[in-house]
Amino acid sequence: MNPCSESPPRIRIKGGRLVDPANGVDGEQDLYLADRKVVGIGTAPDGFQVEQEINARGQIVCPGLIDLAVRLREPGQEHKATIDSECRAAASAGITTLCCPPDTAPVIDTPAVVELIHHRARQTNTTRVLTLGALTRNLDGQLLSEMRALQLAGCVGVTNILRPLANSLVERRAFEYAATFDLTVHLHANDESLSNGGCAHEGAVATRLGLPGIPAATETASVARLLALIEQTGVRAHFCRITSGRALGMIGRARHDGLPVSADVAVPYLFLTEVDIAEFDSQCHVLPPLRAQEDRDALRAGLARGSLTALCSDHQPHEDDAKRAPFPSTAPGISGLDTLLPMALRLVEQRVMALGDVLHRLTAGPAAILGLEQGQLAIGAPADVCIFDPEHTWILNDRSMESEGHNSPFRDWEMKGRASHTLLNGRVVYSRESL
Amino acid sequence: MSGANLQVGEDGRLRHFLSIEGLNRGLLTEILDTAESFAGVTAQTVKKVPLLRGKTIVNLFFEASTRTRTTFELAAKRLSADVLNINVDASSATKGETLLDTLRNLEAMHVDMFVVRHAESGAAHFIARNVEPHVSVINAGDGRHAHPTQAMLDMFTIRRVKGPDFGRLRVAIVGDILHSRVARSQIHALNLLNTGEVRVVAPKTLTPIHVEALGVRPYHDLCEGIRDCDVVIMLRLQRERMQGALLPSEHEYYRLFGLTEDRLSVAKPDVTVMHPGPINRGVEMDSRVADGPHSVILEQVTHGIAVRMAVMSMAMRQQDRTVEDGA
Repeated sequence: MNPCSESPPRIRIKGGRLVDPANGVDGEQDLYLADRKVVGIGTAPDGFQVEQEINARGQIVCPGLIDLAVRLREPGQEHKATIDSECRAAASAGITTLCCPPDTAPVIDTPAVVELIHHRARQTNTTRVLTLGALTRNLDGQLLSEMRALQLAGCVGVTNILRPLANSLVERRAFEYAATFDLTVHLHANDESLSNGGCAHEGAVATRLGLPGIPAATETASVARLLALIEQTGVRAHFCRITSGRALGMIGRARHDGLPVSADVAVPYLFLTEVDIAEFDSQCHVLPPLRAQEDRDALRAGLARGSLTALCSDHQPHEDDAKRAPFPSTAPGISGLDTLLPMALRLVEQRVMALGDVLHRLTAGPAAILGLEQGQLAIGAPADVCIFDPEHTWILNDRSMESEGHNSPFRDWEMKGRASHTLLNGRVVYSRESL
Repeated sequence: MSGANLQVGEDGRLRHFLSIEGLNRGLLTEILDTAESFAGVTAQTVKKVPLLRGKTIVNLFFEASTRTRTTFELAAKRLSADVLNINVDASSATKGETLLDTLRNLEAMHVDMFVVRHAESGAAHFIARNVEPHVSVINAGDGRHAHPTQAMLDMFTIRRVKGPDFGRLRVAIVGDILHSRVARSQIHALNLLNTGEVRVVAPKTLTPIHVEALGVRPYHDLCEGIRDCDVVIMLRLQRERMQGALLPSEHEYYRLFGLTEDRLSVAKPDVTVMHPGPINRGVEMDSRVADGPHSVILEQVTHGIAVRMAVMSMAMRQQDRTVEDGA
């Protein structure tokens, strides 16, 4: 049975606390779904016959989460994870839409690769998979990719991830070409020559451990140059995974001056700093690197006040061996699907921000960056729903992690909050009860 | 997983020797005292003691080294251990076998101790975390991180020349602090031994960020940095630093940071000059200083054997105890 082909059941989600930040909704209200859409809030539409009821008493009902950066590892690195494994993990974490960066093998620089990924994702049919196309061919930074073809194939934006472009002229041309088709450019502010092969924030910890450092200027110098080119070309740009307070300030000022820019942050940078590397803990090896305490605090404040409009997992699953080596030669990255929601809720518990604001950064915030109609639950909106128990406590470990990648610095941490049901297009794609 | 727990057993004794950081003054003093007792052995005609008879020690060097490997080898042989030297060059390491596989294969041959040198910071910690509980790991230099036996032989040398009270000493470390594992270990050791003042002297390109947090005072002028110092430790300058745009030329470096007799005159009259070797004469220092009356550079090499014997025997003693406890 292909669930896409036939109409999903009429569903009532009953007794939950409905939180829909985009529409200012926060209260106990039933939610009615039919024809893959939201059809009723609080009261059922006329003639609605419930075919499936979900009891959400004591739980929070919100739009399905949207994750801006999820490495699926397929095609090319199936020993780390697959589209199937990570889509299932995403659904179990309440994520209904995820965005896959182009550094697959082969790179997402042709419609064929886009179609391959979409095809495999449709087979799994648990999470909506979106793709970002490569800004340059093979991400080499030299020749432009066929961006229009990628857009027509379904790419929601273009990026060169952390890899540098050949020079500022290529950067300018790439932005102009993307702007021609109103494509959003997803930018990683990383001055490769300043990073100089480093593997940790250039600070007291890297000095103590003798780790090659990556200065904060690698991000700020890049942001300054990119802002100048964004202004010159008029491209719509999104800054991915900002790590320093200074860079955040520069982007905020540019937006205040009217530039069409947004920015996001990933979970690890809100909870960890350079200090967590301790004695070479390779689980804390990430790029860009974990920075100083004041950066972490600035990022938290930026997310709370909305200068960072999205919170993502920056999911990078690895096999265990990838982290078993001396720190500099381990693979950077953290498996983050399982921890996105509970770590976000931790910000509420730590009184960094209100629940509605946190959920906004996980739903409407990223939806706006990607230009999606998802991320909110007004009548007529797509019926992508996450139902979670905010009081459910669990320990992150090999057994509880759904992703294939178990590489996490949060291992053995107590997590609070977990999805109980995930609905995609009006159909239950994950239910913890049925396990 | 702190370095202290990894290196030191529950009874406070040395299990591995990975970095000075995480150890305490008592342990450093014990190493120096033990080395002092071995210094006598190395001067005798029969230079062997049977402490590690029947033990197998592997010198596992992923980075070229002659001096350090040789002194470790001599130290192990004087303790009557069997020694195996394995040089893994970077090219064969990239042929597929991971560090962990290399380690497992050697462990299968019932090795008791690894002496490890590796180009990456943290390699010795990584190995220590992954060996069998009865195996000891001695760090013979990992990346820019640590070279603790070098630091201890330097402390040994300073103690012999200046006496046991480090509190009255002012010590300057001069040169490429940024890339130096020797400097980092020396700084930790000097501070643990309560040295009066520790200075580092280098241009800003070779001074790591927040270096003060290690407990040193940074200087960027040689004469200011070594003024009134009791000990001046010169570091080796690698040629490739010119390529990395860290320095313009050896010539300018020598003009600004090279140690000459003339400049040395601003230090204490009885100043001691040290260098971990090998020296670039005419780059870090003038030959007249290297071979002059203040220099103890060759003593450092001799002391290296006694200090390495001390560290090896202490770590192995603890490991023997681990095995007995487990039995």
